[in-house]
Amino acid sequence: MSAYKIIDHEYDVVVLGAGGSGLRAAVGLSEAGLKTACVSKVFPTRSHTSAAQGGISAALGNMGEDDWRWHMYDTVKGADWLGDQDSIEYLCKEAPAAVLELEKYGVPFSRTEEGKIYQRPFGGMTKNYGNETVQRTCAAADRTGHAILHTLYGQALKHNTEFFIEYFALDLIMKDGACKGIIAWNLNDGTIHRFRSHTTIIATGGYGKVYYSATSAHTCTGDGNAMALRAGLPLQDMEFVQFHPTGIYGHGTLISEGVRGEGGYLVNSKGERFMERYAPKAKDLASRDVVSRSIAVEINEGRGIGKEQDHVHLHIDHLDPKVIDERLPGISEASKLFANVDVTKEPIPVVPTVHYNMGGIPTNYKAEVLTVNGSEKTVPGLMAIGEAACVSVHGANRLGSNSLIDLVVFGRAAAKRAAELIKPGMKHDEIDKNETDRCLDRFDKLRNSQGSNPTSELRLSMQKTMQSKCAVFRSEKTLKEGVNEIRKPYDGMDSLSVKDKSLIFNTDLVETLEFDNLIRQAITTMDSAYHRKESRGAHAREDFPNRDDENYMQHTLSWCNGSKTKINYRPVHRSTLTNDVQYFPPQERVY
Amino acid sequence: MVQLNLPANSKVEKGQYYKDKTGSKNIRKVNVYRWDPSKNENPRLDTYEVDMDNCSSKVLDILNKIKNEIDPSVAYRRSCAHGVCGSCAMNMNGKNGLACTKAHSELDGDIDIYPLPHLKVLKDLIGDLSTLYKQYESVEPWLKTSKVNDKENIQSKNDRAKLDGLYECIMCACCSTSCPSYWWNGEKYLGPAVLLQAYRWIIDSRDEDRKERLKKVADELKLYRCHTILNCTNACPKGLNPAKAIAEIKKMLATA
Repeated sequence: MSAYKIIDHEYDVVVLGAGGSGLRAAVGLSEAGLKTACVSKVFPTRSHTSAAQGGISAALGNMGEDDWRWHMYDTVKGADWLGDQDSIEYLCKEAPAAVLELEKYGVPFSRTEEGKIYQRPFGGMTKNYGNETVQRTCAAADRTGHAILHTLYGQALKHNTEFFIEYFALDLIMKDGACKGIIAWNLNDGTIHRFRSHTTIIATGGYGKVYYSATSAHTCTGDGNAMALRAGLPLQDMEFVQFHPTGIYGHGTLISEGVRGEGGYLVNSKGERFMERYAPKAKDLASRDVVSRSIAVEINEGRGIGKEQDHVHLHIDHLDPKVIDERLPGISEASKLFANVDVTKEPIPVVPTVHYNMGGIPTNYKAEVLTVNGSEKTVPGLMAIGEAACVSVHGANRLGSNSLIDLVVFGRAAAKRAAELIKPGMKHDEIDKNETDRCLDRFDKLRNSQGSNPTSELRLSMQKTMQSKCAVFRSEKTLKEGVNEIRKPYDGMDSLSVKDKSLIFNTDLVETLEFDNLIRQAITTMDSAYHRKESRGAHAREDFPNRDDENYMQHTLSWCNGSKTKINYRPVHRSTLTNDVQYFPPQERVY
Repeated sequence: MVQLNLPANSKVEKGQYYKDKTGSKNIRKVNVYRWDPSKNENPRLDTYEVDMDNCSSKVLDILNKIKNEIDPSVAYRRSCAHGVCGSCAMNMNGKNGLACTKAHSELDGDIDIYPLPHLKVLKDLIGDLSTLYKQYESVEPWLKTSKVNDKENIQSKNDRAKLDGLYECIMCACCSTSCPSYWWNGEKYLGPAVLLQAYRWIIDSRDEDRKERLKKVADELKLYRCHTILNCTNACPKGLNPAKAIAEIKKMLATA
């Protein structure tokens, strides 16, 4: 592929992605004096962290007593015991310091009367191991992600992080099972860039766009996950896709759980507050998988609202308009724009909408990527953080406001670990030319596709299949059909049509590369779901309604080569990191 | 009388016309600015007939429909699709805004879509924002505090409320690229977006660098090129008021 001009770079660390976790890692790496490049396909503040609304969890205890162990218990239970408790301990213990650090960076948190960081109730967050609601979720009104993302970008500027913006990453460079860097395409001028690095940190976010209706941005295509698959590495727990209970009906825009945290509630067509039946204690603040399933049951049993009886209503019209104005201004704006609803007077029509991927690249609590070859092994030179990673702290279901804290805690952990592993001035390995050729061959082949299937058609087919066959409720029948159907759009790539052949901002080709990334994740998701014959967290099987700890307290690992997958398992870590807290053995999960 | 014209290679020519193929009775004509840097051609205006019976409510939905169903080569930035990432800022029927929040029902007649004005165009609707980003860096958008203890800064509700209307800025550049002063002096005048950001840090009660920050922007070109035209405030898709932020900076300097 000598036709492409290749520009070489050498860095101690390359961070791929500039959302919350990527930026937090970049800040830590720059602070540690490591030569760091941050590569992103969008300008940092365009990253999807900006869409996070409700808040970031940490047991600060600003609004009543709290303890990180309670936070840990809630997270373990929220995860339906699929989370690794060593990692969860690390997350919850480090959370308060991580939030205070963000405040010091300048995040404009809302405040209590005493001027401390304001904290609101959130789903599944409780006091004293599941007893009553706690106020743990730190908020900047309902724009917490936006506030954090912009602040972290400012910090990265302060520390002179080198950014490569609007560079689309193509593949990892691997050598003898270790990662040696990445290859990326500069959209601004069409050049190809090869970054050699001692450590590569994947922070590319989730892959919500495999579904037709998702709160995810168009850019949430899980590019890093797909790069790991192409490098022969497995993805973990891909069947666990979180449906957020309250996406705006018909449009998919997120309505924060903070709305229910501030007193909002759901009703069905009979005007019933139905969550009281499904979660007598936590009601509307049960964890997301529980609320989403409850809504789905209400709709399936004919108590949905509207002409098609296919959604429910979220009320906040009973709240003081001043509270709405101060704490939920973004929700009012979004409801007006996308549902034409004045939230002070009318309910918001909502429906469960794909929102978050618990699954991703398996890592330990130091953010090092894991693979299994007989036993757990780390992949030298490779780390993953944020939604792209599966640490696994969220297990089978993530609690609201645990994602933002995941970003900064593990972003920081990755930087710390990289600083331990890399000594300044270390020499870079030579890279085999074949690796570059393999990557550019794929790029060139996609770019010069002359077939008859437009990317948009294949993408739509994938999205519709995922939406109908791998939804809130799943069964042997739907998944089996899904396993077959999801391969059709993959096979459709044999006759792909890419109209634009140029190299500068060729967004036709960008979308094609993104589709090539998405479809591999769609296949691993469907196959992983098919093989897990139990119900746990977000994975609800109608034919296997119970959790099966004997056979499935295990992480699913899925490798994908073309459209062929290999499924394997690794046991959930059943111990804590330290003696500061005891292991929480599996219990029945009721809210 | 002097006649001012665009240079010959900048004149926007008539482009291709894409006739509707769906047989829809509800057609809207959408004119899109096209320019491909890899071809040695003038910019052109392509026209697409779009079936509005099967199109969601926002201008971005129209663009996605064109890209997915008619012409995949149209290039534009987009990401969150609900007005928080700031990617899809463009000029629609003569006014800057976010394509993802602008309802096409609010636009009269044929729809004209151009890149944000007075930016170097990289391709089609994608403008070069690198100057604006550099200017953003120049205001040092991070908290300056000497406190190193592990406790949070205490900030009263009132002091926090001073950041409302400022911290929400998504840096879409709708304001700056609607400002005639910025068009004229964009290299030196910081423009409304960046000045609003500057004010966000100046007014933060936790920041200890207020005096220095004010001194840094107190410059004939950086700040005082604002002539209160108010296009910025009129353009902001988030309902913010950059003109007021600029006026507040001027007031602080005048009364310091």
